[in-house]
Amino acid sequence: MSEILKANLLSPIVLAFALGVTARLVRSELQLPKDLYTSLSIYLLFALGLKGGVELSHAAYATIAGPAAVTLLLGCLTPVTSYLVLRYVGRLDAANAAAIAAHYGSVSAVTFIAAQTFVTSVGAAPEGFMPTLLTLLESPGIHIALAIGALQAGSRGSFGETLHEILTARTMVLLVGGLLVGYLMGEHGWQAVAPFFDGGFKGALTLFILEMGIVAADRLADLRQVGLFLIGFGVVMPVVHGALGAALGTLAGLSTGGSTMLAAMAASASYIAAPPAARMNLPTANPTYYLTAALAITFPFNVTVGIPLYYQIARTLHGGA
Amino acid sequence: MHTVTLKLITIVAEAVLKEPLIRALRDAGATGYTLTEVRGEGSRGRRTGELPGDNVRLEALVGPTSVEVVLRMLEERYFPNYAVVAWVADVGVVRGEKYA
Repeated sequence: MSEILKANLLSPIVLAFALGVTARLVRSELQLPKDLYTSLSIYLLFALGLKGGVELSHAAYATIAGPAAVTLLLGCLTPVTSYLVLRYVGRLDAANAAAIAAHYGSVSAVTFIAAQTFVTSVGAAPEGFMPTLLTLLESPGIHIALAIGALQAGSRGSFGETLHEILTARTMVLLVGGLLVGYLMGEHGWQAVAPFFDGGFKGALTLFILEMGIVAADRLADLRQVGLFLIGFGVVMPVVHGALGAALGTLAGLSTGGSTMLAAMAASASYIAAPPAARMNLPTANPTYYLTAALAITFPFNVTVGIPLYYQIARTLHGGA
Repeated sequence: MHTVTLKLITIVAEAVLKEPLIRALRDAGATGYTLTEVRGEGSRGRRTGELPGDNVRLEALVGPTSVEVVLRMLEERYFPNYAVVAWVADVGVVRGEKYA
């Protein structure tokens, strides 16, 4: 475990993240232009969708059914466990508990990519259809948590409008659209675009993560405001959900790499799709709580220690050392 | 040149309210609007979103009844829980008959 952890801590992703955090801590004016940040996220998500779609075009449907089912199960479970812990252990009010649960019930695409990069680098290549599972996990968690919030905190907001917003958000259009384009163009089409979408992928990811470090460091000052419970929650909840994801992935027949990625997906907290949905539907919830927990606690935890830990759990479940 | 006196309503709000506010302006009878992305800080601190600090500034030329409708809507729906600032000014508008 310590070998793997060390290798991960010295990976370009973690080092770039650390550089971003450091830059902000020493008050450097370094910041990626907003348009570049947006462009990089479009590139990364579309590349992820395309590659996943190509893989999907030569996958057997029978092998996807089980993993897809456990992914949806995770999408329904994680918002509920998050809500119960926040509400009854953390004693947060219903609106705040539901808003944070929406983030932890959904998934972070960047954590997904970091996990994919990690398992590939340790030689445990995951199944090619993993991006399909990512799209399945994005929306249910947000809806379930917001529905709990609507019942418990009496929030307003229309279900249909929120569903439309999540399904037509940039992330979903690029991922689902990319999967479809990749599926239709197949291996032959992929060869033509691979130099751009595959060759530059890790470099673009590293640059994107640098900005993530800066954004996360911006929130470090808010840690005092969110309190010890939420800091603990941001670390313990991902480990619980990650272990559950690794176990369900293994049960559904995923490889060690695939189970690790499902674990990382279950453990991650959305910070792109969930915040606007929570803001619109649960206006009394404090955005500082959910943004700080997802961005400044859970995301850094997952990319540094979490993913190697989930890999270790998945390996043990698969009978490895 | 002949001008018509109208109300210029300016709303600065967190970016997440962009669509609902545009819809509300239209419903209140505004025939158009101007949207700018702006940055700033107020009593509610930084704005929510994947990148902090972004607000939208909406400006629309409307008649006095529409202005009342918009302000009441802001008061009922958004002032209690969101970062929203709004102000109204009398302005002399060229070709003003287009807007009222």
